[in-house]
Amino acid sequence: MLTQADLTALLLTLQLALCTTAILLVLGTPLAWWLARTQWRFKFLLETLIAMPLVLPPTVLGFYLLLALGPRGFVGSFMQTLGGEPLAFTFTGLVIGSVIYSLPFVVQPLQDTFHNIGKRPLEVAATLRAGGLDRFLTIVLPLAKSGFITASMLGFAHTLGEFGVVLMLGGNIPGETQVLSIAIYGHVESLEYVQAHLLSAALLILSFFMLLTVYGLRGRMRVASM
Amino acid sequence: MSTLNLNLPIRKGNFALNVDLSIPLQGVTAVFGASGTGKTSLLRAIAGLDRHVGGLVNFADQMWQDHHNFTAVHKRGVGYVFQEDNLFTHLSVEENIQYGTSRASNTKAAVDHIITLLQLQNLLTRRPSQLSGGERQKVAIARALAILPKLLLMDEPLAALDQTFKQDFLPQLKALISELGIPLLYVSHAADEVAQLADNLVLLDKSGAAKCGNIIEMLTNPELTLAHRQEAESLLTATVNSYDAHYHLLSLQLCGQTISVSGKPLAPGTSVRVRILAQDVSITLAAQHDTSILNIFPVTIEQIFPYSAAQDTILLNLAGSQLLARITRKSKDLLGLKTDQKVFAQIKSVALSQ
Repeated sequence: MLTQADLTALLLTLQLALCTTAILLVLGTPLAWWLARTQWRFKFLLETLIAMPLVLPPTVLGFYLLLALGPRGFVGSFMQTLGGEPLAFTFTGLVIGSVIYSLPFVVQPLQDTFHNIGKRPLEVAATLRAGGLDRFLTIVLPLAKSGFITASMLGFAHTLGEFGVVLMLGGNIPGETQVLSIAIYGHVESLEYVQAHLLSAALLILSFFMLLTVYGLRGRMRVASM
Repeated sequence: MSTLNLNLPIRKGNFALNVDLSIPLQGVTAVFGASGTGKTSLLRAIAGLDRHVGGLVNFADQMWQDHHNFTAVHKRGVGYVFQEDNLFTHLSVEENIQYGTSRASNTKAAVDHIITLLQLQNLLTRRPSQLSGGERQKVAIARALAILPKLLLMDEPLAALDQTFKQDFLPQLKALISELGIPLLYVSHAADEVAQLADNLVLLDKSGAAKCGNIIEMLTNPELTLAHRQEAESLLTATVNSYDAHYHLLSLQLCGQTISVSGKPLAPGTSVRVRILAQDVSITLAAQHDTSILNIFPVTIEQIFPYSAAQDTILLNLAGSQLLARITRKSKDLLGLKTDQKVFAQIKSVALSQ
């Protein structure tokens, strides 16, 4: 069965994915909203930056993050001047890395959803005396429900499978930075195939049911809105 | 009477419309013009959906837009019905109608009354996707009225719907608006809708100018483009005298004359509008009796102005009301028609609207 260390890795992975998804929803929603609405002509610059993690090898991203968050990096040294620790090889460092790594998986579906809702429902709501926040809460959020589900699931699942960034930035500290994918890699390295199988199967099943939920929900919503 | 005062320099790409108008806040004012004359832009600017720099919008005693201030859409208290895609797809018909009422603190009884007037009781639990195009627009109209707007704006609300629905619904809409007493600005490019609904007219033309006035006077004014259209028309008000059940003809009292119109029976005393196209009016020097035309009236020629190379438009005075006729220039010369001459107008066809 799963060892204590494996369980810790599993829990840590879920914790990381949850934190990352929550932060991404908070940051990604206004960002995606702004991107979907703005007429700013250099918007594509920002879109390119956000899409970078899609094409960049995770190790490259991890490398730069390591430099930035380590004791000599500008973020790391800034943390030290505040009396804190550098963020490399910590859980917080992993969360920061994952947020950047999974950013496009949350921002892009949200941006598409907001774009597809269009201006009309908001204009209608405004003529029905709803103010800006009111419109967002009563019109945009419900209409974007499936977009939010997709964005959360994709962000969560993508963080779950993260390897390169964690390896570069977090290393392999049990209970702090040792996530599932690293643990599997470790088991294979030490020829512990049974453990590797168990963890891999756990991840496989988890991913499958998560995606199943997404597609199931979206299918039903599409039917309901018809 | 309070007015909506506008001074809007509307720019959109190459298109420029300069609006300097005072629109009476009473009854129905149609905003009429060919497509591309900025009707929708004007309506959006009044609602506050678009902001045009340097514009002034003054509603009764409230300044909605001047050089310093711009009142947001949701604080203006206007109702707006778009041409299409009005309804919130995630809400039922009832939830759609109630969306604005809590924010506008309207009473449930008043909302129910509007729902009843528009005959939407049986649709309340439906989703917008389960409605026909006409039903959807009715729900959108009910929802806009349910907030008891100070001004209702409609942007070609019936343009996407079929003629039968329009014919049934227009009198309903007119009655509803006059019962609720909400001033309506109604954008349309359909002359029949305008003639049926409007008391006043805002006329936009391709040169980017805007004029406002009484619809009956504007339709026959030789200075305006309306009298120069192919389908130039006159609008006259009349009251029902009686109904001839044998011939299915209504007899109307019109400027001291009696006019016969085919149509459904109406109660005597009902006020109606008759719409007469200039091309359906011909002129004779003496009253003809051996003709199939029933409606022949003595008129005075007020003005003759050219329409095309072959035709002229003639402005006639029928006991104080104005009537347009369109005849060939050759006929005009053969009859020797001139201003102030007394002649007879033969009216071939009359359309009635209540």
